Amino acid sequence: MQIDNGILKTDERVAYTLRSLYSRFGYCQYKMSKFEEYALYARNKDFLISDSIISFTDTSGRLLALKPDVTLSIINNSKDEAGTVQKLYYDENVYRIPKGSRSFKEIKQIGLECIGDIGIFEVCEVLSLAIRSLSSISEDYIFEISHVGLMESVLDSLSLGEDVKKQALLCINQKNSDGLYGICAINSVPKEVADTLNVFISNYNSVDEALAAVSGICTAGVADASLSELTEIISFLKQIGLCDNVKIDFSITGEKNYYSGVAFKGYIKGIPTAVLSGGRYDKLMRKMGRASGAIGFAVYLDLLERLDMAGQEFDVDVLLIHGKDIARAIAKADELSKDGKTVRVVGQIPCNLRYRELIDLTGED
Amino acid sequence: MEFINVALPKGRLGEKVLSMFEKAGYTCPSIHEENRKLIFENAEVGIRYFWVKPSDVAIYVERGAADIGVAGKDILLEYEPDVYELLDLCLGKCRMAVAAKKDFCDNTNSTLRVATKFYRIAERYYAEKCRDIDIIHLNGSIELAPILGLSDVIVDIVETGKTLYENNLEPKETIVEISARLIANRASYQFKNALIEKIKDALSLQVKR
Repeated sequence: MQIDNGILKTDERVAYTLRSLYSRFGYCQYKMSKFEEYALYARNKDFLISDSIISFTDTSGRLLALKPDVTLSIINNSKDEAGTVQKLYYDENVYRIPKGSRSFKEIKQIGLECIGDIGIFEVCEVLSLAIRSLSSISEDYIFEISHVGLMESVLDSLSLGEDVKKQALLCINQKNSDGLYGICAINSVPKEVADTLNVFISNYNSVDEALAAVSGICTAGVADASLSELTEIISFLKQIGLCDNVKIDFSITGEKNYYSGVAFKGYIKGIPTAVLSGGRYDKLMRKMGRASGAIGFAVYLDLLERLDMAGQEFDVDVLLIHGKDIARAIAKADELSKDGKTVRVVGQIPCNLRYRELIDLTGED
Repeated sequence: MEFINVALPKGRLGEKVLSMFEKAGYTCPSIHEENRKLIFENAEVGIRYFWVKPSDVAIYVERGAADIGVAGKDILLEYEPDVYELLDLCLGKCRMAVAAKKDFCDNTNSTLRVATKFYRIAERYYAEKCRDIDIIHLNGSIELAPILGLSDVIVDIVETGKTLYENNLEPKETIVEISARLIANRASYQFKNALIEKIKDALSLQVKR
């Protein structure tokens, strides 16, 4: 069977492309049930984007939930095995209440998880796959990378109170420089400390400029490992030619408190929010009783609908008005569709249909 | 040419904000013409303005209909839109405060009845104090609530406090200082970074701190 690529919507095309991409890199599909024990999500509510979960009691009396998230299920079914790495991808629907909404929505997600003995190779591989995922959606993409571990080390070295640290991180997340200096002033934090924190907010024109600025605030012994990891990642991305659309941006602060190393987001021009989000989430693994490391990301396919909306000028290429000779109309429609055109055959012109060309066969009767 | 779409808040604050943008070099003669147009642009400087209800600015920016906009800190704290807060314009300065009748004394042995339009800000403020409250969500004429016994206190924006004093009320506690902020959509900030940063820098020269 031949699939007409033209008929696929962007999210469908991207889903096929990404499944193929992840398979080619040896990731195995993780097909999961639509339902999961409610307790799994109740225990890890702070990890979830939305608190609300659709739950129900099954025939045996167990309280189940429609999956609001995929990563938790994958971790829940993972085992700690020293020296091994599980490489998995998924293509699933999740059920959540989006921010600002009051009703549940089915959200189509595709993503991958790499769980186990994670080293720099796995981190680089996952990042390269995330960037390739974006580039397969559009050439107009931006990949932002941050390092939560690095930020935490710098913040810890500044001896800030927990409350100030929390507020400072919020300002970094919002690129709110004025707010940051305000908080420092109110809490009698020296200006030099505020200047140090402001490095995480400043705008950089290149990854090298950002790395140089961050290196400047990492005094001896502070964030050494994180900084060298970030430097190594950037160097790797440059070597394989995937660094052109990459930015270092510390506004990804790991607000959910489960990221421990790199954290990243991907944007596509024409879509107002990040379509890809991920990072290294060892903290979540610890919380769920696992000793292994983990890194992964998700691509929010539902957001890609906006790309179709922007490009769709007509509903059909040809509106064909059939006359009394139905066989002739069908033959004509067949001929047009063989030329790759979409054709709607009707008795009279319908309202609310956008067509590129009108062919009226009634005059030939 | 690439435009920057700017959501301006309607009203007195919006006029001041527009003047600030114009002084920063982002003029738009058509916005001063008498007509019923909704969108105004100046291709020479690559700017496109539109007026929206002040409380809607953040929604336009968060959802990408506007690349940048100007919203009050009160709106940002109340709705917590997922946007960047790039600059404090130091315009429209006021404060979010708890106000009550002049002779009111908070009796902490009972639930405090709080009337407000900003129920999330009020909830957060009292949650930090571990104070049990009953939120009464109103949409306007908040000052009436304590006068008529609907609430013990109100949480509202106080500029000069004149309305409060004239009605035998007074501000009791300041929750947070408020002013207008330049906000940006997260994706637009990435794709139009140089243009947005240029606007931010030009505006920051106009800020009177």
